[in-house]
Amino acid sequence: MTQSAENVLDHFELFRGPEYQSMLANKRELFENRRDPAEVERVREWAKTAEYQEKNFAREALTINPAKACQPLGAVFAAVGFEGTLPFVHGSQGCVAYYRSHFSRHFKEPTSCVSSSMTEDAAVFGGLNNMIDGLANTYSMYKPKMIAVSTTCMAEVIGDDLNAFIKTAKEKGSVPEAFDVPFAHTPAFVGSHVTGYDNALKGILEHFWDGKAGTAPKVERQPNGKINFIGGFDGYTVGNIREIKRIFDLMGVEYTILGDNSDVWDTPTDGEFRMYDGGTTLEDAAAAVHAKATLSMQEYCTEKTLPFIAGHGHETVSFNHPVGVAGTDRFLMEVARLTGTEIPDALARERGRLVDAIADSSSHIHGKKFALYGDPDLCLGLAAFLLELGAEPTHVLATNGSKGWAAKMQELFDSSPFGKNCKAYPGRDLWHMRSLLFTEPVDYLIGNTYGKYLERDTGTPLIRIGFPIFDRHHHHRYPVWGYQGGLNVLVRILDKIFDTFDANTNIPSKSDYSFDIIR
Amino acid sequence: MSMSETQNVAEIKARNKELINEVLQVYPEKTAKRRAKHLNVHEAGKSDCGVKSNLKSIPGVMTIRGCAYAGSKGVVWGPIKDMIHISHGPVGCGQYSWAARRNYYIGTTGIDTFVTMQFTSDFQEKDIVFGGDKKLAKIIDEIQDLFPLNNGISIQSECPIGLIGDDIEAVSKVKSKEYEGKTIVPVRCEGFRGVSQSLGHHIANDAIRDWVFDKAEGKDAPAGFEATPYDVAIIGDYNIGGDAWSSRILLEEMGLRVIAQWSGDGTLAELEATPKAKLNVLHCYRSMNYISRHMEEKYGIPWCEYNFFGPSKIAESLRKIASYFDDKIKEGAERVIAKYQALVDDVIAKYRPRLEGKTVMLFVGGLRPRHVIGAYEDLGMEVVGTGYEFGHNDDYQRTAQHYVKDGTLIYDDVTGYEFEKFVEKVQPDLVGSGIKEKYVFQKMGVPFRQMHSWDYSGPYHGYDGFAIFARDMDMAINAPVWKMAETPWKAKPKPHLMAAE
Repeated sequence: MTQSAENVLDHFELFRGPEYQSMLANKRELFENRRDPAEVERVREWAKTAEYQEKNFAREALTINPAKACQPLGAVFAAVGFEGTLPFVHGSQGCVAYYRSHFSRHFKEPTSCVSSSMTEDAAVFGGLNNMIDGLANTYSMYKPKMIAVSTTCMAEVIGDDLNAFIKTAKEKGSVPEAFDVPFAHTPAFVGSHVTGYDNALKGILEHFWDGKAGTAPKVERQPNGKINFIGGFDGYTVGNIREIKRIFDLMGVEYTILGDNSDVWDTPTDGEFRMYDGGTTLEDAAAAVHAKATLSMQEYCTEKTLPFIAGHGHETVSFNHPVGVAGTDRFLMEVARLTGTEIPDALARERGRLVDAIADSSSHIHGKKFALYGDPDLCLGLAAFLLELGAEPTHVLATNGSKGWAAKMQELFDSSPFGKNCKAYPGRDLWHMRSLLFTEPVDYLIGNTYGKYLERDTGTPLIRIGFPIFDRHHHHRYPVWGYQGGLNVLVRILDKIFDTFDANTNIPSKSDYSFDIIR
Repeated sequence: MSMSETQNVAEIKARNKELINEVLQVYPEKTAKRRAKHLNVHEAGKSDCGVKSNLKSIPGVMTIRGCAYAGSKGVVWGPIKDMIHISHGPVGCGQYSWAARRNYYIGTTGIDTFVTMQFTSDFQEKDIVFGGDKKLAKIIDEIQDLFPLNNGISIQSECPIGLIGDDIEAVSKVKSKEYEGKTIVPVRCEGFRGVSQSLGHHIANDAIRDWVFDKAEGKDAPAGFEATPYDVAIIGDYNIGGDAWSSRILLEEMGLRVIAQWSGDGTLAELEATPKAKLNVLHCYRSMNYISRHMEEKYGIPWCEYNFFGPSKIAESLRKIASYFDDKIKEGAERVIAKYQALVDDVIAKYRPRLEGKTVMLFVGGLRPRHVIGAYEDLGMEVVGTGYEFGHNDDYQRTAQHYVKDGTLIYDDVTGYEFEKFVEKVQPDLVGSGIKEKYVFQKMGVPFRQMHSWDYSGPYHGYDGFAIFARDMDMAINAPVWKMAETPWKAKPKPHLMAAE
């Protein structure tokens, strides 16, 4: 027996003891009817080959380990960025349990969201009663300032009409007539979580700007000098939004963040649970129509929202999740141009410090090959930074990336000599990536937590950047935008590179001559 | 400081009743009436907890429950390691449940085992419009092509499948025939079915009955399988953090032979061999009583509920299991209890003084709202409130008759609002619930352990698990961080609930 009160062994060590090892071997031998180990080994090797890759890439129907989620997740993300707003997802209730868990596992924070809990009878008769009762309950219990409605695929398949349902619910007194209930249809079988973010944000702005679903006059736009900022679906939203606010304050820019999740997903432990915290005020959301321009940090998160805003007379500018020097330069210069402000010297010095850091360290990154996957904008932003560092983003994969995205990636590759042998993979998944990592190996992999399976199977060291990050803590508190954010990304990459150097040079009298104390 | 230390039972009951009335005030009348039936204060001697259960959740209240798909794919089928489980429908369900439940297993993932992978048909609009059966057929072909060592396939239906009229049973039959009788199991666990995960468990059990047992009938036992008089199957242990392993070792040490694990670290061969067991030992009654009853009726296999949380219940359970066998096994049970007594004594000597008198409120699924109570009591702790996410009346009967004390607050399918309010007023020393609840209570300064995933620790089953359980509860409650929650230069804030303002 290995267990003791003095030194309690949990799953990390307990099962490595001889009693458990022989127990597990017996189970396998006698009851599992397992395959011949030689056959397992043969298939394991075969799955590394070009022949397997060809079969793998010929897949037409099966998706394995995708790097995307479904629309309503993005709708919930967008909704909680508004003051006192409770997301309400119309459809099956299990979905909401999943979204809440998913966000809580990433941010290590509570995520409040309700469901209309539709079941079989609603599937037959429609979910109107669920909407009527649900809005009434949510309003009474949680005292939100706004309830933002989106849909699960169940409600979409049966064709529930949110506009009509909400109107009826208001007539039935579920919530006061003037209470804000913006909505968006977010079918899970179209697009991905970034699409849901886009639809939900557009739904909220449409509500405030275009007459609250016919219940109020449209807001007459009176242009002012402010700008609106949209972050998009972003696992680093806490750190990023705070960094953007700091930058805007340094520049003296007047701004509105449309969807500010930086407080609700970073509340203090001080004895009080804040179901709502921070967020864009509803007044600001409505007044944002008067801004002179709107910036989207992620083009593919705002494919519908931005044209909608442009339709209201704004100049709109979109970026692709800018990371690093040139991306941040362009972002700041656009902000300066749009607002007629000057970029203060403090930011020029921050820029210089990032360049300084790159100069200090780039020799360890130069020429290294990277595989990278994530949301389309993140891929573009990170790949651009890698090119700046003299690295080669050899395989760039976005499960929710379109052909248009791939063309944009190719343009980026073409803009740098380091992009020469690089390729974009739209609509592919992490099982495709697995093949690529075997047949065309790279030095490092950048991706979310699920990338650890690729790291285990292919031996490619994983640098965790993306969403979700479940198995490392607090990364979301650190920005990846701005020059400071670039520095954070640089350090994260370098730490992994140096850890890998050390791990590969630590065998005494064999490889440890390179186990250098100075790198 | 716990209120229960300074109050007698009558006072606690009065306080809890008042508390229930207070939380009901927030609801619209119709909802208050419905919720009132799910909340109660336990009266000693009653045969159940006096609450309604297994009813629809009310829209908009923030239920903690999941869906039938979660009950089937997430709980019952997902851990069967040598089969590929297709999340059939849009991408999300499979994505959010991907490897999130820590069903440990041994195997080469992606080659001969597949638990921590996400296979999905990633439905697009055209699949909704034209149906997904052709796509499903193609998916099965592609699986056969790319994963030749898979031993079977299950199709886990997401909401749209049942709504668009797909015939996954027909596809399964055709493909099974095409692949020489391969086990392909269609599961009708669409998320809108039933009121919680619970129906998903039932549907998943029935699918094993119909598509695994019935199919295996007449087939020879797996190669090398020779029955013995001591063959048992572990039913309803999902090997979270290795729970089934730290249970199996005790059964084997007492002389039994475990021929199958359902379903943590389990294989298709083990499912197929189970009708040859002499006894099914059932841990999670809620999720697998159905198949146990079926095996009793059809194959005459008795089943026996057991509880491997905490030494008192473990010893009781080992003796109960042994009572189905001869003296050799009965002696074996005593030998095992004696073997671990020193460990138990050491664990209790170390941790009980730190935990004595501490109070706990639970809200979990399956068996845990009652099963873990004994383990807390072994450490001198007291469970003052408990409830089931998706329990039925038979769960509340077991709870009332064997577990909870007089005056315990009972809350079925608790809402976010109720749970916060209860904890705020009762002020337990520890809350045990899930990831969605964890950070709510930690913000309030209340120590918390996830009692679904063991907060990424475990195992908690068996004697080895009890040591880990004790260590974890101690580190939760006695972590220095909870002394720092109050800002020293601010007056002590009143217990505060935003939603109630």
